[in-house]
Parts: sequence; structure tokens; C-alpha cells
Amino acid sequence: MAAGNRSEAAQGLTLVAPPFAYALLVLGAPLLTLLAYSFFKDGYLTIIYEFTLENYLAVWSDPIFHKIMLRSLGVAALVTVVTVALAFPVAYFLSFVVSSERKPLWLFLITIPFWTSYLIRVFLWKVILGYNGVVNSGLKSLGIIEQPLTFILYNVNSMVMTLAHAYAPFAILPIFIALEKIDRSLLEAGRDLGENRMMTFWRVTLPLAMPGVIAASLIVFIPTIGDYVTPALIGGGKIPMIANMIQAQMLDIDNRPLGSAIAVTAMIIVAALSLLFLFVNRRFLKVRQ
Amino acid sequence: MKGGGLRAYALIYLLFLYAPILLLPIFAFNSGTVIAFPLKGFTTDWFVQMAGNAAMRRALTNSLIIATSSAILATCLGIFAARATTRFSFPGKGPITGLIMLPLVMPEIIISMSLLVVLLGLGVKLNLLTVIMGHTLLCMPYAVVILTTAFNSLDRSLEEAAYDLGESKWNAFRLVILPLVMPGIISSLLMSFTISLDEFIIAFFLAGNEPTLPTFIYSQLRFPKQIPPIMALGTVLVLMSVLLLTVAEYFRRRGVAKTGGTDSGGFL
Repeated sequence: MAAGNRSEAAQGLTLVAPPFAYALLVLGAPLLTLLAYSFFKDGYLTIIYEFTLENYLAVWSDPIFHKIMLRSLGVAALVTVVTVALAFPVAYFLSFVVSSERKPLWLFLITIPFWTSYLIRVFLWKVILGYNGVVNSGLKSLGIIEQPLTFILYNVNSMVMTLAHAYAPFAILPIFIALEKIDRSLLEAGRDLGENRMMTFWRVTLPLAMPGVIAASLIVFIPTIGDYVTPALIGGGKIPMIANMIQAQMLDIDNRPLGSAIAVTAMIIVAALSLLFLFVNRRFLKVRQ
Repeated sequence: MKGGGLRAYALIYLLFLYAPILLLPIFAFNSGTVIAFPLKGFTTDWFVQMAGNAAMRRALTNSLIIATSSAILATCLGIFAARATTRFSFPGKGPITGLIMLPLVMPEIIISMSLLVVLLGLGVKLNLLTVIMGHTLLCMPYAVVILTTAFNSLDRSLEEAAYDLGESKWNAFRLVILPLVMPGIISSLLMSFTISLDEFIIAFFLAGNEPTLPTFIYSQLRFPKQIPPIMALGTVLVLMSVLLLTVAEYFRRRGVAKTGGTDSGGFL
């Protein structure tokens, strides 16, 4: 066992080196480049390698950026609330009602739609909700409505619906895991001490499930902010979110320093909000330990 | 029945989850050229039309090349990461795993844009290789999650028994550990393949002029006439994904059973 003499740490580090190097090279270095670019000047078709804060000043004072950033945050927040609220009862059902041998089947059924083409699912929501879509043409042929419903057309509502659908399994799984970890005898204790079912849920189950709810919220919120396809397809390109703005700035307008500054600013805002969210909910996270 | 209301809710929720996917085949076989109710008649023309489309066949070939390469690369890298984190403790384990798992929560637009900026800056020509690069990064965390479960359920004494019986480190890994985690490896390959096959954003920005199935679909969505054949293609794509996932789940469960663990369910 010649290799066995090496220390455990050295062996572990050697093993983890290839995937770590790959992540550094393909993710870490590009992210740092993005950060560096955001401090450079944009020349026509070139980058002038001179330190400047101009890009950030331009981004922060740009009313269009404010509007799009606020819209992205608003849509993402709404999607998070809707997704988590809709998902919680399902996670509760899975954890408390479904028998343990049926659980893997239910989990599998819930995750399948998530793994099928995101683009196709988004597009199908457009088909379902569109002007001549499934909902409108169906209701019309049944004689329920005369004119197509407009509140589901190419607007923020339809974007929220599409995104809530896309991220549903992301919300169910963390809540389910948190519920599974709850010691069932705690609930019995609550009932024995005279609480009714409702109060036991409110004072025992829900606080213990909060780490899952918090994880679910962040897992839905962060990718939703950066969603590109839904605003492009469902919003008809008329309601851009921050990802569309970054893409337009980087490629269509070809101002990479400014595009980088938008991306970095958006990431900082999202990170700050996530940390704030964790801080506000810190008492629930402490319960776990 | 216990939880009757909750059960009804969960079933309605499942219907909501599956609604778009269930509509797909309905319109793929509908002879009407507009995607709307009421349905016209039954036809398989859209599938025939799709199969004869040269651009689609090219996109399919590209997608298969990308998905196969990314799945193999991501799983190989995943094996290293999973083995390292489950078997050894080393300094910086938290931050290192954090960076490897980061693509899981990082919006894809940021991943693709930052990578694109670097590639363009270096003057690299965008082609299938650059997509494979991005997809490998994206699939790696999923591979790590699946493989970590597989490596975690290993009984360490089996490995030690192999050493005691005189096997070298590499042989012990090859003859004892690898067969035991093989179901996890297959599961990881299939999952990564599915993710890469369906991935749009990275393929859209990093493929240059090469189409993949999702970017081909995206390019066709602008033309109303093309939508029924796209529904047919979507049906095939979704069927393929479901099939691959079912096989992946089968192997994952077999892996759990093989190492004598209890099934905790779920991919994530």
C-alpha cells in the first residue's frame, strides 16, 4: 500500500482536482473576466483596458435598468410566492399521507415534467394561453366566452404562470425533505399537550418545515430572476427581464463592459436579497442544529 | 380515506404539471394547421414532414454528439468529485464543492454570457465543442449529486477487505467499488444526457451557426406554419426524455438495493 502512506488530505485533494480545475476554468475564470470587463471602457468593437467606474454609474442611473430590474425582481418574487404556496400542500401530502413505499413513485412523477425540454414547456404555455390558444379556443367553442380572455395574454400574469410551472419540482423537493426530517413524536407531543390539529401544524410542523421553505424560495427565486426564455417567448419580447437586457447589451449592442456591469450589478442585488432573506429567517434555521 | 382533500389537491397539481406535456401529442396528431380547439382529424403527416427535414436531422445529429460527449465528461468528472468528498476529508472541502455545485443555482444566462465573453475574447471559434464545454459544466453538479448517493451507500469494509486480500488501490477501485457504483454511473450518464439534450440557453449562445434540437425548435417557432411539425418533434423529444429518465430511475433504485440501503427517493 504505497499510496496509502500519503495523507488523507492529499489524496482527497488530488481526486477532487480535475472537477475543481474544470469548474475554475469554465466557470470561475469567466466570472472573474466578467467582473474585470465591467471595470473596462468600451471602444468601438474593442475593449479599452483602463479602469473606470463609468459602466456602473451608467447602469445605476439608467431608468430602463431600474424598470427592468424591478420587473425581474417583482416577477421572481411573485413566482416564488405562488410556487412555494402551491407546492407546500403537495410536499405535506407526500410526507404525511403517502405510504413510504409509494413515495419514490410520487417523487418520480413530480420530477418527470421538470426534466423534459424547458423550451417546449414554455412554448406550450404560450399555445395554451395565447390569443387563439387552447384555453381561449376551448372556452369559445363551448360557448362560455365570446371574446378571448385578455388577462392571460402575453403579459406578466402569463409569465408568472409559466415560471411557476417550470420551477414547481424545485419547490416541492426541499420542503418534502424538511418535512421528512420532522420527528413525528413531536407532533404527538403537541397533540397530547392539548393543541388541536391546526395549532400543532402552526406551532410545530410549520416552524420545523421552514428550512425547507426557505431553501425552496431561494432555489426558485434565483434562477427565475435570470430567466431568458419565458420573457422572450411568452412576453413576446415586449416585457424583457434582466437576462434579456444583459443579452441585448452583450451581443446586439455589443457593449460588453456595460453588459458585464449589468450582469454583476444584478448578481450583487440577487445575492444581497438572498442573504437578507436568510438573515430575516435566521431563527428558523437555528432550530435545525 | 386519510388526507382525501390533500390527495385531490395533489392530483390536480399533477395534472397542472403534466398539462403542457399531455397537449403536445394531441396537437402532433391533429390534422389542423392551427394549434387550437376543436380538433380536426387524425394525421401522422407532421411526423413524416419532420423526419424529412434536413435541418432537423442536422440538429438531431449535433444534439446527440453534444449530449453523449457532455454526459461522459460530466460523469467522469463527477466520479472524481463524488469519490473525493465521500471518502476523504481535506482542507477547503466546502468552498471546492461549492464551486463545483454552483452551476445548479447560477442562472444559465450568466454562465453562458461569461463563457461567451471569454471565448470571443480568446478568439475561439464557436462550434459543437464550445457547447460541450458548457453542457459538461452544467451537468457536472447533477452527476455529483447522483454519484455521491451511490458512493455514500458503499460499505467501506468491502474496500478494506480487498486491500487485506492484497489488491492494489487501483484494482480495489476497479474490481470492488466500480461494480457497486455502476448503477449510479449509468443513472448519471442518462440524466446528464437528458439535461444536455433539452438544454437551450447555453446551446443558443455558444453553438455559433450549428443548430441543436432546442435551438432548431426555437428558430422555427416564429413561423406559424412550422408549429405542427414542431409539436411532432416535441412529442418525440419528450418521449425520449421520459424513457431515459425511467431507465435512469430504474438503475438508481437498483444501485440503492444493491448496496443494501433504503430508498430515500428522488433525484435531488
